[in-house]
Amino acid sequence: MNKQSQTNEKSITKKTLLRSPLLRAFAALVLVFLIGMVFNADGAFFKWNTHRDMLRHISVFAILACGMTLVIITAGIDLSVGSLLGLTAVLFSLFSIQKAWSPWISLLACLVVGAAFGAVSGGLVGRFKIQPFIATLAMMVFARGMAKWVSGGQKISTAVLQPDGTYHYVDVPPIFNFLNSKILNENIAVVTLIFFGCVLLCWVILAKLRWGRYIFAIGGNEEAARLSGIPIIRTKLLTYGLSGLFCAVAGICQAAQELQGDPEAGMTYELTAIAIVVIGGTNLMGGRGGIGLTFIGAMTIGYLEKILSINAVGEASRLMLTGAIIVGAVLFQKTRR
Amino acid sequence: MENISKSFSGVKVLDDVHFDLNPGEVHVLAGENGAGKTTLMKILAGVHTDYEGKIFLIGKPMSFRSPHDAAEHGISAIHQEMSLINPMTVVDNIFLGREKVRANMWMDHHSQKETARQLLNQLEIEIDLSLPVEEYPLSVRQMIEIAKALVYDAQIIIMDEPTSALNDLEVRRLFEIVRDLKQKRYGIIYISHRLEEIYEIGDRISVLRDGKSVGTANADDLSPQELIRWMVGREISQQFPRRIMPIGRERLKVDHFSLPDPSETKSWVVEDVSLSLHEREILGIAGLRGSGKSELFNGLFGAHGRTAEGSILLDDKSFKLRSPMASIAQGLVLLTNDRKGTGLVPPMDIIRNITLSSVKSFSPWGWMHTREEKKAAQHHMERLGIKAYSLYQEVDTLSGGNQQKVVLAKWLQTKPKVLLLDEPTLGVDVGAKHDIYDLMNHWTSEGLAILLITSELPELLAMSDRILVMHRGRITAEFNREEATQEKIIHAAMGEEKQP
Repeated sequence: MNKQSQTNEKSITKKTLLRSPLLRAFAALVLVFLIGMVFNADGAFFKWNTHRDMLRHISVFAILACGMTLVIITAGIDLSVGSLLGLTAVLFSLFSIQKAWSPWISLLACLVVGAAFGAVSGGLVGRFKIQPFIATLAMMVFARGMAKWVSGGQKISTAVLQPDGTYHYVDVPPIFNFLNSKILNENIAVVTLIFFGCVLLCWVILAKLRWGRYIFAIGGNEEAARLSGIPIIRTKLLTYGLSGLFCAVAGICQAAQELQGDPEAGMTYELTAIAIVVIGGTNLMGGRGGIGLTFIGAMTIGYLEKILSINAVGEASRLMLTGAIIVGAVLFQKTRR
Repeated sequence: MENISKSFSGVKVLDDVHFDLNPGEVHVLAGENGAGKTTLMKILAGVHTDYEGKIFLIGKPMSFRSPHDAAEHGISAIHQEMSLINPMTVVDNIFLGREKVRANMWMDHHSQKETARQLLNQLEIEIDLSLPVEEYPLSVRQMIEIAKALVYDAQIIIMDEPTSALNDLEVRRLFEIVRDLKQKRYGIIYISHRLEEIYEIGDRISVLRDGKSVGTANADDLSPQELIRWMVGREISQQFPRRIMPIGRERLKVDHFSLPDPSETKSWVVEDVSLSLHEREILGIAGLRGSGKSELFNGLFGAHGRTAEGSILLDDKSFKLRSPMASIAQGLVLLTNDRKGTGLVPPMDIIRNITLSSVKSFSPWGWMHTREEKKAAQHHMERLGIKAYSLYQEVDTLSGGNQQKVVLAKWLQTKPKVLLLDEPTLGVDVGAKHDIYDLMNHWTSEGLAILLITSELPELLAMSDRILVMHRGRITAEFNREEATQEKIIHAAMGEEKQP
């Protein structure tokens, strides 16, 4: 009798473990990793450089996904991240290359712009109760227009147009080279470390700060949260603002990687960021999720694309396969419930 | 239904249960929350398809693959959570899932409307069929649910706590309909907590406890005391044990309080209400649905912002009516009548729900002190008798009574001076109900003042030191404990002149 109840208990813990979203997301990542081991492109998958490049490549998307995760947990969505990335990439290039501002001031200015634009979305959603989809869609269009207006539709690079119509080439500011470099014996890219930093920051917010508690409460049941005395508007303002801040971080990294500010940069990045969050297992209905999930989701998508590219799968098939695999991964997680 | 067993993730919720139903009979299924009543009915209605045991319908073994399949065999369920789609019209809702179509694709609106009108006539309600159901009050929606069940040509109708959203008059109406259906040889399974109801409507009573059949008896042969013993497995001597204590100084004084109707500009949902509430006092508010009693509570709590008029004094200080946040800080809190919709955050665990309103006190500089939080939650869990296997359990998975205790714990943690309780025992089982009233005694003995709404008059009469009756947003009568009777309250609630 006693024995039976013991085994019963064991099976319960086993089931609850499998139900944990973190483990499910991890299982999906392991699966993708195993695929990589099989299709290793003559051992390319076993080299650290492959993994380093994967991380470097996914970092910009993953930074966007960090802010997106917080917004999605409040039961919102932020479609403006790609455009804000483009806008801040243009501004950063403009300030630090063409205007030759001090890198610190350029960085600060871009971060402030990103956060301010995000906060405007948050205000529209929180104070004026516009649906997040609509409010951030409008912000997406507006910010893209702003990027084109500021840049005059041109890529902002080291080639500066002179009044007489000739181009004068300036030096790349050192901050660009630093952000684009790899450190620790060229073993890890700086942007990847920035991505890890963003994950850490989000983890602190969600797990350790009162703010994080508010985020989960609003996503879980906004009316109950309001009647429990939780400041809905302020929390949304801050959360969308943080998403905007992460957009600026990603925009700066993007500019450094491309050595220019492209007003078209970041097109459709918002979709990749949402895909990362969803593959991780954060619930689009809000209230459930976490930054650890998004971290795993980023790795999953990163490896997926890396495996397809080292195996020289053409772009057309790569896109189709990625679409199919996203559905597969999400279904895989669902069946575990 | 024979030898029915069912497990959820390794936990047995039904164990070898038997149940049977004859045509033309109302068979009441009773038991505390979490006893397995709803699960058993969901098996019968084809919602749960993996179970052990057998179901026989008119002697033939059956196993339903889906709710639709069960409905095809004449079993319709009216679920606890209403299954109507709010923005769709009455007709469309009634025919949802079995639309009348011509040539397999064209909606036959005309014939649908005709049939719907006949059905609703049969239920004696006249409403505009082409309006969305959200335009109608809950009671009418309940009738629409029933009409929907009848469309399926049901032989067996399952009603899962159909009266929890209805007031006394509406309950009478529902019972008339149930009796009528009974006469037409429908078999009705009626799930309820309320003793008076069980005896008024039931022919036979079956009781489930902890997923097991306790017994089945004719309603006439089973005394209420025996029934309660069956349900809780122990004797509850006094049903509503209000301890009378001397009241203290005035805690809350409301003067000429009015609240405008949010949908119209010129009318009031609460009009010129004045009341005073003292230390250690429970003041009951009675009234039918639409009398404005819940709106009064919401208004006092600041849920409608600054739109309200009038002055409020709390502990002789002027009370600033701004927002729920401000009210909580001043010591006035509201337990709403909709636990799932406005009380709990379902995906969060017990600890986080309990500390939701007092989260600031656990995070002085914005940094959460989770250990203190857990300690506080633990304290409430023991004090209120919340039953759960872990503090980290999501509140979604708790039974109604335990969920309600979590919400109560949330408000207690804010150290309130005045508690507004709107239906604190709604959808709560007998044992937890008793616990909650016991706790109200305890809290008032510590100086708290309570305003209480409950639609169950015996409870209101038993628990209140004084009773105010509201009708159309105004207070129409006041009774003290000794003079209040059900009849007097119903008279006043229906708008009749104040009795001398």
